Amino acid sequence: MPDTMQAAWSPGEAEAAPVVLEVQGLAVDFPSRRGVFRAVDGVDLVLRSGRTLAVVGESGSGKSVTARAILQILDQPGRIAAGRVLLHRHHTTKGAAASGGAEEVVELSALAPRSAAIRAIRGRDIAMIFQEPMSSLSPVHTIGAQIIEAIRLHDRLGKRAARERAIDLLRQVEIPRPETAVDRYTFEFSGGMRQRAMIAMALACNPSVLIADEPTTALDVTTQAEILDLIRRLQASHGMAVMLITHDMGVVAEMADEVAVMRHGQVVERGPILDVFERPQHDYTRMLLGAVRALDRPSPRRLAMRAANPPGAPLLRIEALRKVFPGQRRIFRAAAPPVIAVDDVTLELRAGETLGVVGESGSGKTTLGRCVMGLFDGLGGRIEYVGRDGSQTNLLGLRESALRPLRREIRMVFQDPFSSLNPRMTVEQIIGEPMLVNGMLSGAALQRRVAELLEMVGLPATAMERYPHAFSGGQRQRIGIARAIALDPRVIVADEPTSALDVSLRSQVLDLLLDLQQRLGLSFIFISHDIGVIRYFCDRVAVMYRGKVVEIGETEAVCTAPQHAYTRALLSAVPHPDPRRRGLSGRHRYTEGA
Amino acid sequence: MLLAFIVRRILWTVPFLIAVSLVSFALIQAPPGDYLTSFAATLAASGDEVDQGRLEALRERYGLDQPFLVQYWRWISGVLQGDFGISFEWQQPVANLIWERMGLSVCLALGTLLFTWAVAFPVGIYSAVRKYSIGDYVATTFGFIGLATPNFLIALVLMYIGVIYFGSDVSGLFSEEYQNAPWSWGKVLDLLAHLWIPVIILGTSSSASLIRIMRANLLDELHKPYVVTARAKGLSEFTLLMRYPVRLALNPFVSTIGWAFPQLISGAVITAFVLSLPTSGPLLLQALLAQDMYLAGAFILLLCSLTVVGMLVSDILLALIDPRVRYQ
Amino acid sequence: MSVAVTDPREHRTAEQASQWKLMWWAFRRHRLARWSLYIVVALYAIGALAEFFSPFDPDAASARDVFHPPQAINFIDTAPDGSWTIRPWVQGHRLVRDRFTLEQSFVVDPNRKIYLSFFGKAEPVKLAGLFTIERRFLTAAEQGERFFLFGADRLGRDMLSRVIHGTRISLSIGLVGVAMSLVLGLLLGGISGYYGGTVDMAIQRVIEFILSLPTIPIWLGLTAALPQDWSPLTRYFAITIILSLVTWTELARVVRGRFLALRGEDFVTAARLDGCSQARIIFRHMLPSLASHVIASITLAVPLMILAETSLSFLGLGLQPPTISWGVLLKEAQNIRSIAQAPWLFIPGGAVCLAVLALNFLGDGLRDAADPYAQDGR
Repeated sequence: MPDTMQAAWSPGEAEAAPVVLEVQGLAVDFPSRRGVFRAVDGVDLVLRSGRTLAVVGESGSGKSVTARAILQILDQPGRIAAGRVLLHRHHTTKGAAASGGAEEVVELSALAPRSAAIRAIRGRDIAMIFQEPMSSLSPVHTIGAQIIEAIRLHDRLGKRAARERAIDLLRQVEIPRPETAVDRYTFEFSGGMRQRAMIAMALACNPSVLIADEPTTALDVTTQAEILDLIRRLQASHGMAVMLITHDMGVVAEMADEVAVMRHGQVVERGPILDVFERPQHDYTRMLLGAVRALDRPSPRRLAMRAANPPGAPLLRIEALRKVFPGQRRIFRAAAPPVIAVDDVTLELRAGETLGVVGESGSGKTTLGRCVMGLFDGLGGRIEYVGRDGSQTNLLGLRESALRPLRREIRMVFQDPFSSLNPRMTVEQIIGEPMLVNGMLSGAALQRRVAELLEMVGLPATAMERYPHAFSGGQRQRIGIARAIALDPRVIVADEPTSALDVSLRSQVLDLLLDLQQRLGLSFIFISHDIGVIRYFCDRVAVMYRGKVVEIGETEAVCTAPQHAYTRALLSAVPHPDPRRRGLSGRHRYTEGA
Repeated sequence: MLLAFIVRRILWTVPFLIAVSLVSFALIQAPPGDYLTSFAATLAASGDEVDQGRLEALRERYGLDQPFLVQYWRWISGVLQGDFGISFEWQQPVANLIWERMGLSVCLALGTLLFTWAVAFPVGIYSAVRKYSIGDYVATTFGFIGLATPNFLIALVLMYIGVIYFGSDVSGLFSEEYQNAPWSWGKVLDLLAHLWIPVIILGTSSSASLIRIMRANLLDELHKPYVVTARAKGLSEFTLLMRYPVRLALNPFVSTIGWAFPQLISGAVITAFVLSLPTSGPLLLQALLAQDMYLAGAFILLLCSLTVVGMLVSDILLALIDPRVRYQ
Repeated sequence: MSVAVTDPREHRTAEQASQWKLMWWAFRRHRLARWSLYIVVALYAIGALAEFFSPFDPDAASARDVFHPPQAINFIDTAPDGSWTIRPWVQGHRLVRDRFTLEQSFVVDPNRKIYLSFFGKAEPVKLAGLFTIERRFLTAAEQGERFFLFGADRLGRDMLSRVIHGTRISLSIGLVGVAMSLVLGLLLGGISGYYGGTVDMAIQRVIEFILSLPTIPIWLGLTAALPQDWSPLTRYFAITIILSLVTWTELARVVRGRFLALRGEDFVTAARLDGCSQARIIFRHMLPSLASHVIASITLAVPLMILAETSLSFLGLGLQPPTISWGVLLKEAQNIRSIAQAPWLFIPGGAVCLAVLALNFLGDGLRDAADPYAQDGR
């Protein structure tokens, strides 16, 4: 049953709250044989109790290193080269004996990384949660053991009392049946539950500062919304200062009171959230915001293309498609239960259109794409392909040899630009491979064609003699696209082609695909978990949930007026890169069977 | 969950044991000519009278004119009742010859395993935590040399040093007065006083590889995110090291019982021969050279079963210390 | 994410560098492995050209030279008048008999110098049974003179020549054995990894079973069953087969693991979608990625084979004289009396250690370099 939750948020009054943590001119060096690498360079930050500071930046900007430097838990051989980290202990905070608003300042950066003094602060005054809830918790200790350890490390509590407290913490982070959950192992939990357990551990000693290092990056968008919501509510009830490290402008807009934008180890812009989002001063901030906002609305170019040339008759009809992965047979044990990956899916793709398939992990969207490519056996239903001459073929049950001519017309672009190109072949060999094995071109003619394809995807012809390892992720994805269009296909199945790329590159790759669509008359099946990308790029969208298509329609219609409860929950969970819209949409929770 | 795992794992051992017994029996059968021809030949050679009736009885007993599987069946049913056949070289039932030697073999293997652990655990941890320190280099060098030198060569060199520089004989497991004496406390102490030399010789290569494994595993674990988490909790470095990465790096340690046991038992055969230890190795070798196949087959069967059981024990211990294994 | 090429000089060319070039670069940085490579190459060269490198016929016995001690080689020849020339020589020894115990022993004879010459003439011998050579790497300047750099054994045979001939057999048994296990390993591991399912499970169980066996007793049992009257060559091959029956499992595991990993790689799926035939997928797309790993595991398997052969022959169940291998030579060092009298009988053991160490380091280096595309971090 969908229910709505209102998130509390009050802008302004930022200066009123007391300062709990200050970072002044922090610099972190990583010395190596080839010289010293300065990962963080002159960073100033201020955290106030009850407020959230978001530190935002792309990979390698030094945001995680900053967080670790605060607690002096830098990886070897990192060390603080300059600057100070000051912790302000107020009388409200535990541990300070003073009363009546007296304040004690501890200079964390002056303490030795292995000293008892800094250890007494870690986990007690400042707690931290991490990106990978699976690998950040020990797999061989129970959740309870790890929480109890954190409690008893700083508080003199008996085992029984600590256990009671651990159960209480698990209850606070809304883990169902905390009395039994306390004795379970991390691998028995889902990703979201693990992150909740991690948060419970961080809260064990009522810290005054919580550092959250990309806490939701590894999670699905609906789980992300729940975790963010949890952090916000716990912050309100515990009065913690939160330092939220993220690369996602949507999360920043949703959570932060103040923002610090980092790049190459420096803070390029800092200020209250509304200022940064509405009046960005630095070019980099503007670029980041621009890239995110571009993906929050339909591509104008696509709309123009469709107005001039509306989609035609259906090219590909998927009827009642079903794929079940049988459970593994095991000796001396019952077989594992089968998994229904794609459950009775019916879709059609029209000539010249882009059909989006959106869903969270495990929804079956990737399996659906691979079914269309004929990569699986044992399918139920039909996949009918209408050839150039109007003939209709059912792809299902065809032999590999009969599929071969069809695979020239239906091509695929993969998600991971690193594993989809054979590292042992040159770009020329990679792009030339489909033309060579299909006996279309060879020798000098093949080379000319590869050069032509490279230019079509915006790479120089000289790229062809290099190996894939010489290219960045975005360039590799272009090579993959060149390989896909080499056979002059009609349909391209693109499986999350942008999800491995930085935000700023995503719209570039999408624009390239639009460009190719116009020049070559392509139709796309575009698989993604990212509503923003779908909205930008797709004409129609099918929403998948647990193997089923729960809703299908024009993208704008689905995005603005979703019909199915799951779609509503999914859309409401997407954080908008606009701080004024937070809490406006409210959030829906989808529970199946309601 | 754990109980189900153990039951399943024990069930798994049964086909393995059957396969082991088939292999052993195939080895018994492998030499050309059947067992009784050799038996008769030995008897004739030693000038004994060949009693045709007795030969016939034996032929009947072991089903020597029957197909392989029938012979196997007769042999294995005998083995299950403790009858391993007759050693023609010793002219007595195999069962009389093997048990004490097998016991000493197991003693030696277990002792070596303990030695290996006692050396490899601290050295491996030290080597990983103080990577590229002088101690680490020493351990690594020792490790490589231990791996490259065959056990029997170490044994020979030790014997050489013993004879030339100390004028003492390091071979054997007992002093002369206890050699044929019945078991007593004195004999046990005497055994312990002699056991350490073969233990060290056998233990070098397995501790060398275990140190390398421990070091590599711990190095992997030391950089896992959960270590950072634990550090962020405020644990001291030593507690942290012992409670988390070492705990996880223990898995390969426990699985050594599985893979080191076969290796130890293998290595023990040759080393025991060089040092003339009263364990199963030298007798096995003698039996093989004399083609006394029932005796040899019994040893091979028992040694192989021992390693299969070692695997079983290591898998169960692994499930005890690592919950992930249980739930697989 | 950066590629594992760090030397800035290499960056420009790295973009166009093939797999093997990248591997070589990664390997070159591993100093120990590079030196080991030189040693391994040198050992195999000595083994291949054994007749050229050994000063004497390894089977030439001489009652006069029983347990002759090793002689150190000198390069500077000082004449009685104090002048000197560069010329290799060894000090001659004399046999004396203790007047009371009648025990024989060698003493240094200060008046006798045996001059040696590099590339000097000696009795013609067929090199590896192919063509005749007259010159040897090192001989006595005067034909017919004997010298013993590594000493002599109980029949007065030159240990140096025997160790060099042993090198041929011991090192080649490693290669031949590994070649056999490679065939088995590639075949079964490939089948296991490519097809998966029931076949995979069956092969996996067999491998597990073999790994759980103590190898030496099984090897001993098998070699004991070999007929005693087989020719040395037949026995040689029979023993390599027996050794590879056990060692193929490790290779099969590597091959299977890589195959399974590769099967899931997107570029293999892409090749299938490109229209490649199954054979082309395997040979053009999968095998090249496999080759480097297989080479590394082969290198690590060779020393195991060498050790196994040495152990078996040492126990008298492997190769038999007149075949010469390091293990056969070490058999001479079995009893404590011989080694107390002639500790140089240990020298073949040193050769075993050297070869095994060098091959291990080489294999480690190759394994580290085997995947030049491994990305930093995880």
